[in-house]
Amino acid sequence: MTSARSYIIGYILSVILTLLAPALLWLHIYNHHRFPTHPELYAAAVVLAVLQLVVQLVFFLHIGRESGPRWRLMALFFAIVIVFIVAGGALWIMQDLNGRMMPDQAQMLQYMSEQDGGI
Amino acid sequence: MMTTNAAHRTDSAPVFGFWLYLMSDCLLFAALFATYAVLRTNTFGGPDADALFNLPYALVETLILLTSSFVAGLGMVAASRGSKTGTLSAFIIALLLGLAFLGLEVHEFAGLIAAGAGPSRSAFLSSYFALVGTHGLHVALGSFWMILALVHTAKSGLHQDTMRRLTLVSMFWHFLDIIWIFIFTFVYIFGSI
Repeated sequence: MTSARSYIIGYILSVILTLLAPALLWLHIYNHHRFPTHPELYAAAVVLAVLQLVVQLVFFLHIGRESGPRWRLMALFFAIVIVFIVAGGALWIMQDLNGRMMPDQAQMLQYMSEQDGGI
Repeated sequence: MMTTNAAHRTDSAPVFGFWLYLMSDCLLFAALFATYAVLRTNTFGGPDADALFNLPYALVETLILLTSSFVAGLGMVAASRGSKTGTLSAFIIALLLGLAFLGLEVHEFAGLIAAGAGPSRSAFLSSYFALVGTHGLHVALGSFWMILALVHTAKSGLHQDTMRRLTLVSMFWHFLDIIWIFIFTFVYIFGSI
């Protein structure tokens, strides 16, 4: 039930996914920062990490191959939900707070001069 | 010869209990990742991720830990076939790779601190050392636990207790590699973009 095949497939896929991210970065520098663009690089890096997470969960941790009720899979889904609430929530709140921070003096003067001719 | 044992089955109670611990450990790392994501641009006039991190170095660390996780998996395959020698040799290789990873990480930390980029330099570096350091601490504890499991197996052979122990250690090891993938992506790859 534990086969070497599963680990070998998982290892090969993981190595490929690990090397793809630096390869894209190298392509970005090679193409003088025009392709892939920065937003594309960020998105690709996240997609590659999530793919490798799935590969290792399936081939190394044998998730979803349980017999009977898949309690481990359910606990995993619950953990993923909480991770999104904690990490996503923190980023959302901090970004929002950043937007509400007091601007610097130059920005304030500019704003005031736009309002009523300045001081 | 090895007898059929329930402990190795992926749906047994110890495995599920340990899985729940791993899921709660995920939440610890989620908090540390969130902290790092929020503070990663707060460099306080100090060096930022792009200036400090060496991507090829991090890539070598990643491949070493990945290989270690893979070899530990092969160790479990050998264990399920009842091969004590195979199990011990695979786990010893996994352990040595884990220690090599730790050595590289300690070297990296020492270099940063020597260059004046220690955890007290900026909020970015505090969150970096907290995140990567917590993972490193997990690897260090995992290595110690692996040594105990190896000594136990070497002394008493493969039976229900040692099988359970090896199963849980290898799960912990795979879990730490998964956490590292996200450190590699969010710290080192994002830092180089």
